[in-house]
Amino acid sequence: MAVLGPGPASFRFGSVLLILLILSGSSWTRDVPTGRNDTRPELNRERDGQNRDHGNNATKHKAFPVLELNYDYVRMPFEISLWILLALLMKLGFHIIPRISHIVPESCLLIFVGLLIGGVIKAIQEKAPVMDTKLFFLYLLPPIILDAGYFLPIRAFTENMGTILVFAVVGTLWNAFFIGGMMFAVCQIEAAAAAHVSLLSCLLFGSIISAVDPVAVLAVFEEIHINELLHILVFGESLLNDAVTVVLYHLFEEFSHADTVTVGDAFLGVVSFFVVSLGGILVGVIYGVLGAFTSRFTSHFRVIEPLFVFLYSYMAYLSAEVFHLSGIMSLIACGVVMRPYVEANISHKSYTTIKYFLKMWSSVSETLIFIFLGVSTVEGPHNWNWIFVVFTLVFCLLSRVLGVVGLTFIINKFRIVKLTKKDQFIVAYGGLRGAIAFSLGYLIHQDEGSKDTRGMFLTAIITVIFFTVFVQGMTIRPLVELLAVKKKKESKPSINEEIHTQFLDHLLTGIEDICGHYGHHHWKDKLNRFNKTYVKKWLIAGERSSEPQLISFYNKMEMKQAMMLVESGSAAKLPSVMAAAPAAPAAPAAPAQTAEQQSEPTPERMIPKISKTREAEIRRILRANLQNTRQRLRSYSRHDFFMDPFEDNMSEVRFRRQRVEMERRMSHYLTVPAKQQETPSVRKVWFEPEHKVYTYDKNESTRPSDSAALLDESNQRADGQSEREKPTRCLSDPGPDEEGSCFLPS
Amino acid sequence: MGALKSTPAPIEHHDLSEKTGFSLRQIRVLHKRFKQLSEGDDVLRREDFLGISSLKYNPIRKEIIEAFFNRRNFSPSCEGRANEIDFEEFLVVMSHFKPPCSKMTDEQRKNIRREKLKFIFNMHDSDGDGLITLEDYRHVVEELLSRSGALGKETSRAIADAAMFEVARTVGHRDPDEFYEGITFEHFLKLLSNFDIESRMNIRFLKTDVIPGCRLG
Repeated sequence: MAVLGPGPASFRFGSVLLILLILSGSSWTRDVPTGRNDTRPELNRERDGQNRDHGNNATKHKAFPVLELNYDYVRMPFEISLWILLALLMKLGFHIIPRISHIVPESCLLIFVGLLIGGVIKAIQEKAPVMDTKLFFLYLLPPIILDAGYFLPIRAFTENMGTILVFAVVGTLWNAFFIGGMMFAVCQIEAAAAAHVSLLSCLLFGSIISAVDPVAVLAVFEEIHINELLHILVFGESLLNDAVTVVLYHLFEEFSHADTVTVGDAFLGVVSFFVVSLGGILVGVIYGVLGAFTSRFTSHFRVIEPLFVFLYSYMAYLSAEVFHLSGIMSLIACGVVMRPYVEANISHKSYTTIKYFLKMWSSVSETLIFIFLGVSTVEGPHNWNWIFVVFTLVFCLLSRVLGVVGLTFIINKFRIVKLTKKDQFIVAYGGLRGAIAFSLGYLIHQDEGSKDTRGMFLTAIITVIFFTVFVQGMTIRPLVELLAVKKKKESKPSINEEIHTQFLDHLLTGIEDICGHYGHHHWKDKLNRFNKTYVKKWLIAGERSSEPQLISFYNKMEMKQAMMLVESGSAAKLPSVMAAAPAAPAAPAAPAQTAEQQSEPTPERMIPKISKTREAEIRRILRANLQNTRQRLRSYSRHDFFMDPFEDNMSEVRFRRQRVEMERRMSHYLTVPAKQQETPSVRKVWFEPEHKVYTYDKNESTRPSDSAALLDESNQRADGQSEREKPTRCLSDPGPDEEGSCFLPS
Repeated sequence: MGALKSTPAPIEHHDLSEKTGFSLRQIRVLHKRFKQLSEGDDVLRREDFLGISSLKYNPIRKEIIEAFFNRRNFSPSCEGRANEIDFEEFLVVMSHFKPPCSKMTDEQRKNIRREKLKFIFNMHDSDGDGLITLEDYRHVVEELLSRSGALGKETSRAIADAAMFEVARTVGHRDPDEFYEGITFEHFLKLLSNFDIESRMNIRFLKTDVIPGCRLG
């Protein structure tokens, strides 16, 4: 390792990592129990040694061990951490090599790395860690699903719910039966030498391989930035078909143990489908409501807010799995239900924490899944049966295409915005299989026929996964370019669009009422009203419960811009704008409503009122200096997330512009009245003529305190000027605050 | 629908179908609704709309009703307001909410966009001068927030101000001396260029397949 020369850094890097991986891989093989047994005698020996040292009747004088090697003690966590660390270093390495990451999607690279590792481990005759089904379903999958569910774009999802459901349920059923049936027919061919495989086994196989996999879809689709409709169609389908997969899998597994299958059993299967899906959703909703209710009371203990979100969601998943309900649907339902209420209750820091943690965990999980997939491929029981595998592949593709085309034909009769041929192609092409299919395949009992059958199935499953992930994953990007499919609009969330979204909702509801037609909008409106009158009162703390969506949207935007201003460290420069006041051109006083907005100072106010003319001047100047501001990137994709505006390099010019823009925004608050109970989360910033800026916060909301904390920190960083009073506990997450006054120097 | 079904559609309905692009069946159902709302009359008045009970929860109820009586929505050249509308004008207003055809050229798509956005523009522009002033916009925001209880006019003002600033910025208005009168229709188009209104501003009329021939009024 000391021979790192001037060669291409990435290759050296890679080789170093491989060596380390081998080391870890080889040491993975020792059984855990023996490890534990080893430690205890070791500890005893140590104790004995020390006793002897302290001691009295020592037969042999053993030197005090200054440095000891006790690897077994930490072996398990050490190896897990090492694996995760190396997996992430791999992922980092891929981004450093730009050329490859443009052509090959990350999932392929990770599988490839897994293959390499698996090959190396096999070469040194050790047993590799395979993807334990329990590990996968209980630890690796939930973070990804929670991340997807929590940040699911609700509007797009509910608008296309019908289409998604049809694809998920009918499409998966069609796939399962078609593939199962056709493979059974193939197995009867002489050349296949697989005549012992029963129909039920084939149907079981079909049900495993038929489901589109959310992990693979996420991994590939995130990189191609396709338009929201297609993204949500394929992704929504991959989430909702979990219920179908679970039911079919258990159904066929049970049946293959039974001797006969009656119509009653089939009917029970249908019933079980409804139980599984609706039950899963119900469990998720219950936990979601519980989580939302809990978050109402966390204002005193903000630090653990994110934990509540994670734990309730995870419990929802596990509880659903206990009853063999659909864990994925439960998790999604929990995240969707919980999110609007929790976000209204928690502090901004907790929100950021949740976002970052979810993205982090899901990234790690995804990386590990793909690497394990590669390793397990090399390891797993294989039985390569040419005919079986090739026909499986062919029928998978065929059934997917037929299913999508056929279903779209029916669905388009009910859709307003029809799905074009291009859309259909992308939906069909995006039907990737992934690790869920593989894990389910692993679960097949050995006594299903012979071991060969299981091996054959697994080989076929792996081949299909590899084909879809590698071939389809790699080619989908150039195909999207070639077909000129609409890409995702990189739109900044603008307040105008938000206003018009709401306006349009009400307009369409009204028109529906005029037509006398109880359509989509009518019911949505009813649900919103129910939500507002009853549910929000219970689940949202305090005054936020009556805050309409437009206001919270606006406040979030303002908050973000306040923080951006603070990051540019500009609060100290405020006086310069004021100094420039006399020199400003006489701009017309566009709605100079300052006259009627001078509200009476309340007793809590500590600052003298500003004169009306001064206010008008400030407004005029700031309006005159209107410049561009960066807006928050709205995105739920993991890749976009890393390009958060905060991490970007901002030029000095833009700094200044943003600062001015922010000052303009802050001037808005000059005209907001002191009736804090109406808009508790709006920050009040007052400009004192002596260039002292006071801020105060009457209610207990912590979002403003965060910005105050940041303002304070930034000022401490920027200039250690004097006459600064000690801030009250702004820097941590405070509870309700009487006069949380933070003074900012000039 | 008994009696209506047996008689052949009147000539006017065919003409209307040509003009607005609705199918004959849709026109028949809408005609029935028209008669129901107007209580048998041939014209609709504002009071007839107020009778619709489910409309009372709607915060922009007034604007919606006004939109039906706004002559600019009947045809681009008309001006002013009407006090009563007949079935043809009712249909023309409704036709703004038709779903788009699946096969459309870009030109047609742009035209549909313009039509729909013009409808919304007319709704905002209450005095009909072709400009949405700050006061107009403020009114819109206030109405949207009005149903949510006493949230203070100032917050809605702040939001409307922010929105106007955004408009000015999007439009490229940089001259500090210039007073920003109001949003013109062209500015409005540019502002909502990312908003795919042609797929959102639609009502499902009876779930029937949209339009034979896909005429664009």
